[in-house]
Amino acid sequence: MSDKLLAGPSPHILGGKSISSIMWDVVISLVPVSLTAALYFGPRVLIMLVVSLFSAVAIEAAFMAIRHGDIKRAAVVYDGSAAVTGLLIALVMPPTAPFWLIVIANAVAILLAKQAYGGIGNNIFNPALVARAFVFMAWPALMTRWSLPLGLDNWFADLTSGATPLGSAQATHLELFLGNIGGSIGEVSALAILVGALYLFLKGHIDWRIPGGYVGTAALFTFFAKGFSLDQVLFQVLAGGLLFGAVFMATDLVTSPTTKSGRLIFGIGCGLITMFVRLAAKAPEGVTYAILLMNALVPLIDRFTVPKTFGQVKS
Amino acid sequence: MKSFPGGIHPQYNKDLTKAKSIVEMPLPKKVRLLLSQHLGPPCSPLVAPGDEVAQGQKIADTEAYVAAPILASVAGEVTAVDAEGIDILTDPSRSAFIGGKKAYSSPAELRQLIREGGIVGLGGATFPTHVKLSPPEGKTVHTLVLNGAECEPYLTTDHRLMLEQGEELVAGAKLLMEACGAEKAIIGIEENKPDAIANLEELCREQGDIRVARVPVRYPQGGERQLIKTLTGKEVPEGGLPLDLGIVVSNVATAAAVHQAINLGLPLIDRVVTVSGGGVAEPKNVRVRLGTPIADLLDFCGGLTTTAVKVVNGGPMMGKAVSDLNSPVTKGTSGILAFTAAEAREFEERDCIRCARCVDACPQILMPLYLALYSRKRKYDLAEEFHLFNCIECGCCSYVCPSRIPIVKYIQTAKDRITRQRRRK
Repeated sequence: MSDKLLAGPSPHILGGKSISSIMWDVVISLVPVSLTAALYFGPRVLIMLVVSLFSAVAIEAAFMAIRHGDIKRAAVVYDGSAAVTGLLIALVMPPTAPFWLIVIANAVAILLAKQAYGGIGNNIFNPALVARAFVFMAWPALMTRWSLPLGLDNWFADLTSGATPLGSAQATHLELFLGNIGGSIGEVSALAILVGALYLFLKGHIDWRIPGGYVGTAALFTFFAKGFSLDQVLFQVLAGGLLFGAVFMATDLVTSPTTKSGRLIFGIGCGLITMFVRLAAKAPEGVTYAILLMNALVPLIDRFTVPKTFGQVKS
Repeated sequence: MKSFPGGIHPQYNKDLTKAKSIVEMPLPKKVRLLLSQHLGPPCSPLVAPGDEVAQGQKIADTEAYVAAPILASVAGEVTAVDAEGIDILTDPSRSAFIGGKKAYSSPAELRQLIREGGIVGLGGATFPTHVKLSPPEGKTVHTLVLNGAECEPYLTTDHRLMLEQGEELVAGAKLLMEACGAEKAIIGIEENKPDAIANLEELCREQGDIRVARVPVRYPQGGERQLIKTLTGKEVPEGGLPLDLGIVVSNVATAAAVHQAINLGLPLIDRVVTVSGGGVAEPKNVRVRLGTPIADLLDFCGGLTTTAVKVVNGGPMMGKAVSDLNSPVTKGTSGILAFTAAEAREFEERDCIRCARCVDACPQILMPLYLALYSRKRKYDLAEEFHLFNCIECGCCSYVCPSRIPIVKYIQTAKDRITRQRRRK
């Protein structure tokens, strides 16, 4: 036996999950959307993803090294969350986004939206969405330079400009589902998003309440606002960033509620705000602002949805 | 079956000892009997150094209600008495014990005999059994629940007891029912012990008022509040006791101990301990005298391996780390577990990422992340608003936490601070 026995607190055995194991699972869940993005928009997308991922990790590592004054320590506290942020940022960019814009977006996410709050776990707003909102405000023209998918026969061709379905409403449901449409590179394929969602669900990293509440509310809202048209419901759910936001952005652990009913309320709130922005204000970016607004309400939602504790006497 | 909310499925690791019959450890050379071996105020010594004591003789007691006396677990000479315990040098020639059936004429007398037997809950909580059996004015007990869930990983003492001492257990259950006035008894056993279930079902076939219930395998099924919820669908009120529902919960080993104390006149001087874990050479289920040094018990099981890094008194989820191997086995010692670095992994604590796994795992429906946060920030009033004292410290939250936050430790600190503050007022 060792010279000195350990004296740590109970429980003495711990489960296998760690922050980094969760973060790498999220990275894996983003592989299908990354692959379909490359499939539809060409090799440039792969460079975008790599640039974004590495700039996020490099910026976080640099910050940690300065904060802890030690690069070794930075490696110890490294947990994979920056890789997730970097991938998410690239995936919500248009396929023509300049690389310098991607680097700026990552700097905003890591330094302003995450580390300024005290690092992982302490930020109020989803870092990737803060970054997207920031660059969208600062460089709106660059962030709306959409292009149509290339198709496999001319994969290496230059991207040509074209509108997104939400802007022009020209796409069949099948095209919307598979992703053969214009848009941010990660949001186009509903199928790929659902594969990623299924993986996260099976791994126990998301429950149905946030994406279910989000998509369900958006669908119901559309159904009643658009003259009971199922066609419109499918269109609103499949087009734009709604599914991507509902699965990968709204479910961010740090910036979503911790109670079960709170998660449902959060999802419903996201759905309502998104549809208000899309249908009533006729503006794009419904998903980004819906989730950011609901992020701000999370402490309040948590406070008012604390469940009755076991055996609580009715008061 | 409707079961309790939350819970976890840790690796049970019971295969190390579940097929091993209980073996009796030879008398230790000396014992140290702690004055505080139960939940409640400690006992005061009744003996002085140099005294000769008989086996089973009462050597410490108190006037306090929530307490049980300490009995000499061996015959011998008292060598030291200090603030914490009494040391006895064993005299093997006099260690026979003359017992005999105890007579009583009322439930109150029976409860008094159980107290004199030194009996406390042997599941680990060590609540004095006679107190549990005494319903307060205006309350009646209808059901006795015998807890044979044994949901703590590694531990197999109750499992072996239900297989090897089933008759004594049933006889003890009868006495417990008589003592508290229960009309019926339910023995709750986790489904992963089919042999124990079959054995007790066979023994209870003749008994109209005792039945066996198989309960789902999920930690902490053996928490009394969780077991009652599973068996009856009812929730023990927050801050209340099972008595509020007319129920008394007792561990199966406690029932066997009551049988021995009353029907055979053998008070609580020994108990069964699972000695297990990857850091023990020969894992065993051992019947051992109370007060035996943990080091002696480990030696009886081949000693610690070179890879052992942590020794735990109790189960891996709720037991306490042992820093001094000379400390003794007590009434609450259900297991002595020696872990390797791979079993008892230690991690650096990180910031909470609000993943809510603790919320989903909490069987008491609490918000562990906020309890830990407010404890750390010393905002104890806020912790209480989040029902701090409804926490049973089962450890599910810490177990699932990906940030490796010792949530239970924070909760214990907050409870401790608040209790001390109140006492000062």
